[in-house]
Amino acid sequence: MSDHKTMTLTLIVWRQKNANDSGKFETYTAKDITEHHSFLEMLDVVNEDLINAGKEPIVFDHDCREGICGMCSQVVNGMPHGGQERTTLCQLHMRKFKDGDTIYIEPWRARAFPIVKDLVVDRSALDTIIQAGGYTSCHTGGVPDANTIMIPKPIAEEATDAAECIGCGACVAGCPNSAAMLFTGAKVSQLALLPQGRPEAAQRVTNMLQAMKDCGFGNCTNHYECQAACPKGIDVKFIARMNREYLKALFA
Amino acid sequence: MILDGKCPTGPIEKTWDKHRFDLKLVNPANKRKYNIIVVGTGLAGGAAATSLGELGYNVQAFCYQDSPRRAHSIAAQRGINAAKNYPSDGDSILRLMYDTIKGGDFRAREADVWRLAQVSNNIIDQCVAQGVPFGRDYAGYLDNRSFGGAQVSRTFYSRGETGQQLLLGAYSALSRQIKLGSVKMYNRREMLDLVVVDGVARGITCRNLITGEIESYAADAVCLCTGGYVNVFYLSTNAKGCSVTATWKAAKKGAFFANPCYTQIHPTCIPQAGEYQSKLTLMSESLRNDGRIWVPKKKEDVNKRPEQIPEEDRDYYLERKYPSFGNLAPRDISSRSAKEQCDEGRGVGPGGRGVYLDYAESIQRLSEKIICERYGHLFEMYERITDDNAYKTPMRIYPAPHYSMGGLWVDYNLMSNIPGLFVLGEANFSVHGANRLGASALMQGLSDGYFVIPYTIGGYLATVKPSGTKTDHAEFKKSAEEVNATNKKLLSINGKRTVTEFHRDLGKIMWNNVGMARSKESLTEAIQQIPKLREEFWKNVKVTGTGAELNQQLENAGRVADFLEFGELMARDSLHREESCGGHFRVEHQLPDGEAKRNDADFSYVGAWEFKGLDKEPELHKEPLKFETIHLAVRSYK
Repeated sequence: MSDHKTMTLTLIVWRQKNANDSGKFETYTAKDITEHHSFLEMLDVVNEDLINAGKEPIVFDHDCREGICGMCSQVVNGMPHGGQERTTLCQLHMRKFKDGDTIYIEPWRARAFPIVKDLVVDRSALDTIIQAGGYTSCHTGGVPDANTIMIPKPIAEEATDAAECIGCGACVAGCPNSAAMLFTGAKVSQLALLPQGRPEAAQRVTNMLQAMKDCGFGNCTNHYECQAACPKGIDVKFIARMNREYLKALFA
Repeated sequence: MILDGKCPTGPIEKTWDKHRFDLKLVNPANKRKYNIIVVGTGLAGGAAATSLGELGYNVQAFCYQDSPRRAHSIAAQRGINAAKNYPSDGDSILRLMYDTIKGGDFRAREADVWRLAQVSNNIIDQCVAQGVPFGRDYAGYLDNRSFGGAQVSRTFYSRGETGQQLLLGAYSALSRQIKLGSVKMYNRREMLDLVVVDGVARGITCRNLITGEIESYAADAVCLCTGGYVNVFYLSTNAKGCSVTATWKAAKKGAFFANPCYTQIHPTCIPQAGEYQSKLTLMSESLRNDGRIWVPKKKEDVNKRPEQIPEEDRDYYLERKYPSFGNLAPRDISSRSAKEQCDEGRGVGPGGRGVYLDYAESIQRLSEKIICERYGHLFEMYERITDDNAYKTPMRIYPAPHYSMGGLWVDYNLMSNIPGLFVLGEANFSVHGANRLGASALMQGLSDGYFVIPYTIGGYLATVKPSGTKTDHAEFKKSAEEVNATNKKLLSINGKRTVTEFHRDLGKIMWNNVGMARSKESLTEAIQQIPKLREEFWKNVKVTGTGAELNQQLENAGRVADFLEFGELMARDSLHREESCGGHFRVEHQLPDGEAKRNDADFSYVGAWEFKGLDKEPELHKEPLKFETIHLAVRSYK
C-alpha cells in the first residue's frame, strides 16, 4: 500500500508538430510521481506542468484507460506498451520504474502508421484490413437460432483466444518488418475456426492478406516480437494458421 | 406539457408486432434517396449504422476515436441478457420484462421494456452468426450464467470481455458496410452541434479532430448513439473521451432531457489512490459472491495493516445491517453503506475512501486454487493497479459512477421531441428506469441498433420526402459560426487554471452533493456552486495551442464546458424528485432499513426538461407512467 516516496524522472519524448514536420526528441522532467501513478497519469502530470508553463502539452492517444479499447500506443524504452507482459500502457504503473530513471517515449513507428502529431499515429490501415474481409457476410435478422450452430468448447475457446485482439497495433510496432501478421492472423483464425466463418474462409484470407500488403505492412520472418509486444498475449500460432488457410485458398 | 410516448396499446405481447405492422415502409428503391447520420459507434451506433446500411439507406457514421472499434461499450465485462430460456429454468420474455421493470424501480415504460425483452433473443442469434465467440458448454451449446436481480440463468458471456466481443462483432459488420459503400465512416470527428431547420433535425456540425476544421453534414434523420454522462463526476468508470456534449447540444436545440438524476454508482471499483488519478476501474460484481466486506470498528485502526486488526475489531457492516442479504445486498444499498462507513471516519486506504473485501475465509473454506479459478483474472488486474496481492491481504474497494439511466427523451419509436432526431442506447432514457440491472446495457444498445431503429426510422422517413437540405443552408452556417466562436473564445481566455482542474472541481461538487446520497441541502448547494464554477471557467481557463490542429486541450475544454451546464440540470432534477428510487437516493425519503422509499402517487412519471437558456430555469414536462402488466410494488430483494 501507499508509502509517501515520490520519484523524479527524466523523459525523452518524441515531439512532432504534424505529419510533415521531421520531429525531434525533447527532454522533460516528471516530478512528484508515486508508484501508484499509471504511466499515462504520469504524462498527465507532466502535461499539466507544461500547460501551466504556457507550453504545448504532449499529445498522445488514450481513452478507456483500463486496457481494452486499444487506443494507447507508445513505445517506451524501445518496447511497445513499455514491455510489461500482457499489459497495455494505460495499465503499466510507475512502480515498474525507479527514482532518477530516464525514459524514452516514442510513437508506434511503421510505414503503414504515419505520425499525426507527437505520439499519435494513424492506424486506419488496420481498419482497411478488416474491411477487406474480417467478417461473416450475414444480414441483420436473417439468421438461425443461436443454438442450431454447435461449436465444440475447445474450438470456441481457441477462437476466443484469437478474438481477444484489441487492435492497438503493438504487434506492428514491435516487428522488425512492421508486419501486421499477428493482427490479421488473429481475425482470420477466429473466423476460420468457427463454422459461421468457413463459407468465406478462402476469399477472406486472400483479400485480407492483399489489403495488408497494399497498406504497406511488411511480412513475417518469425521473430515473435509481435507476440512479446501483444498486451493480450495473442499467440503466433495464429500466424501459422493464417498461412495454412492461405495455402488452402491458393489450391482451392 | 404532458408528453405522449406514443406507446401501442392492447395486450403487451402483441404491442411490438402490431406496431411493426402499423409502421409505414420505405420502398427499397427509395431508401438510397434518404441520408441518415449516426453519431457514435458503440453497440447502439455500430449496430444502427450497419443495419441501416444493409437496408439500403445512405449512412454517414461518426466517432471521436481513431476507429469505430474503440467505443466504450468495449469495456463491459460480464454479459448480455436474453430470454432464450436455454437452461429451461423458467425464463420467458415476460419474466425478463418483469425483472427489468422491477430492477428499474418502476420508472421505465412497459411497452419499451417488453420490446427489449422480445428482441433480446434475436440479438444472441445475430451475434453468433457474426462469429462472436460466446462461452459454450462441453456439448457445444451456448452457456448461461446467473446475474444480479434475476433468479434464472439468462446471461450470455464471452469470458470477462463480453462487451469487447459484441462490439467487435458490430464493428466487423459495420466494416463490411463501409467496404460496400453503404456507410461512409468519419473517424476522429466530434459532434459539436445539432442543426435544426424549421423544427426538424437536418444534420450536425463536427470538429475534425486532426485538422481542427469545422465541418457540416446534412441528412434526413440524425441518430445520436453517444453514450452516457457520468464523467460529469470527473472520476468514473467511463472512458476519458465520454461526454454529454452531443446530447447536451441537442438539448440546447430543444430536445428534452429526461431523468438526468438517474445515475448508477457501482459498488466494486478500485478506490482512488491520489489526487492525480484520471479514472476508476470497475471490477466485476461477482467478487462479492465469495468476499466479505468490512471496515475497522475503531477509527484509530484505519491506518493499521488489515492483518493487525483482530476479528473482534472488524465490522462486517453489510452482514450486520442486512443479515439476510449480507455481502450480496443490491448495488445501491451496498454502495451507500460503503460511503457511510467512510463518512464516519472508518474508511481504509488513501484518503480514507475504501472498504475491505476479504477473501481469507473463502480461501480457507474453498482453497486458493478454487478462488483463483473463479476470480484469477480479477485478482491479477487488481494487483497490476494496486500492487497488492488479494490472496494474501484484503482488496480495497469503493463505489464509482458507472452508468447513466437518464438521457434524451424519446417516444416509442426512439424519436425525440425534435422530428428526425433519434436517440439510441445509453444516450436515451427509455428502458432502465431508475436503476439498470447487470447485463442489460449491452442488450439495450444492440436491441435499439439492430432491431428497433431499422423499423421505426422507416416509419418516420416514409412520411417525409427526401429533404435535399444542403450544408450551404443558413442554419448550417450559423451553427458552424457558433461552434467556431466558442472554440475561439476558449482559446483566447488564457487564464490561470487548466481544464482538468476545473473538471476535478466540478466532479467534487457533483460527487459530494449529487452523488450516492442526496439531500435538499446538498442539492441546493450544488445549484449554487456550479454556476459560480462555470463563470470562473469562462474567465480563467487556460487552453493552449490553436484550433487548426489536433488539440486535446481544446477538445476537453468543450466537453467540460458542457458538463458545467449539464451538472446543474442534474442537480435540479434530483432536487425536484422528492422520492428515492433506484440510483436516485434522497436521504429524506428512505424506509427504516435504508431502502429507497418511492412516492408513486406523486412521481410515477418521466421528468423531461426543456432548456430555456442558461440564466433561466428549465421547464419540466411530464410523461405519466402506467403499469398495466407489471403491478407497482415495493422493490425488495429479501
